[in-house]
Amino acid sequence: MNSNRIVLFVAIGLLTIMVVANSINSNGDYIPLDSLEISAADNTENFSKLMDVLTHPRCMNCHPNDNIPKQGIDRHPHYFDMARGEDDHGFKATSCNTCHQSENNPYSGVPGAPHWALAPASMGWQGLSHEQIAQRLLDKSTNGGKDHKALVEHLTQDKLVLWAWEPGVDANGNLRETPPISKEEYIQVVEEWFANGAVIPVN
Amino acid sequence: MTINFTLNGSAETVTLSDDMTPLLWVIRDILGQKGTKFGCGKAACGACTIHVNGEAVRSCSYPIKFAEGKKVVTIEGLGTLDNPHPVQQAWVEKVVPQCGYCQPGFMMATAALLEKIPNPTDEDIDKNIINICRCGTYYRMRKAIQRAAEIKANELIETSKTS
Repeated sequence: MNSNRIVLFVAIGLLTIMVVANSINSNGDYIPLDSLEISAADNTENFSKLMDVLTHPRCMNCHPNDNIPKQGIDRHPHYFDMARGEDDHGFKATSCNTCHQSENNPYSGVPGAPHWALAPASMGWQGLSHEQIAQRLLDKSTNGGKDHKALVEHLTQDKLVLWAWEPGVDANGNLRETPPISKEEYIQVVEEWFANGAVIPVN
Repeated sequence: MTINFTLNGSAETVTLSDDMTPLLWVIRDILGQKGTKFGCGKAACGACTIHVNGEAVRSCSYPIKFAEGKKVVTIEGLGTLDNPHPVQQAWVEKVVPQCGYCQPGFMMATAALLEKIPNPTDEDIDKNIINICRCGTYYRMRKAIQRAAEIKANELIETSKTS
């Protein structure tokens, strides 16, 4: 087998991936993945867009690997030495909810959304590669036991996740930056990526 | 929008066109309780700290609509001249305040801390009492927090003896 043929086989393998697990389509219905032909090109594009969102400070700031929430586009450590605490909600008498409520506050500029908290430590993404982030996202032992269906629901319906597109104003009254693609495109990307088997592209 | 809640044990009803109005403004400007202070207005300094259903909150960043049906306590309701709260007793004993502006917030934060952690360590204090005092009374406050914990513990012992 010459090298050209090897390259050809690898290319074909990357373009058409047959997956043996189960996934769901964009309607949320389970479909057997062994009947799916996955376009590696489409899947890679969706994966790339998804990672552009997940690694944006609006998302990443609450997925630290050092138990310290971050603030702002510059990702500075949360003021006043706030940290994860025992239950991801800060400390006993000074918790996230001492300042953050279930909605953004236009007067103080304090952001808010339902169940405001840090992501669990097992879902720390800061400093990880896209591949490593995706592995943590998909691994039930790190993602809180979520299967693909539960992940799609979490990523596309959870109000704290979607807060990234309605982050309100900061303490100076300036609108916070949102992730690089629209909420609608993000939801489509998530649904398509999972419908295509949530394949992590091989670099 | 009409909101009903209790303030220091008294039932209150307020009607506001903006349900996001900070609870601090309602307490001070509508209900006339001036003990809670406006500091930064950004939930940063803690001068406006009060209790809502027993939890310390920054009232400058707490919309009035979330107070519906809740129990709100400010420094005026923490204790009385005849029966001061252990935190108030300790603050007097240790002569904590300098200018005093930030102190109600610190005292409310401390009272909430002692409900959660009756005998706080220095680390507990550092993590939970994160208000800002421009006079720099932190050293005296730390001593007062520890003294308040002692007073509160002794009160509990006395209460258990008499009951």
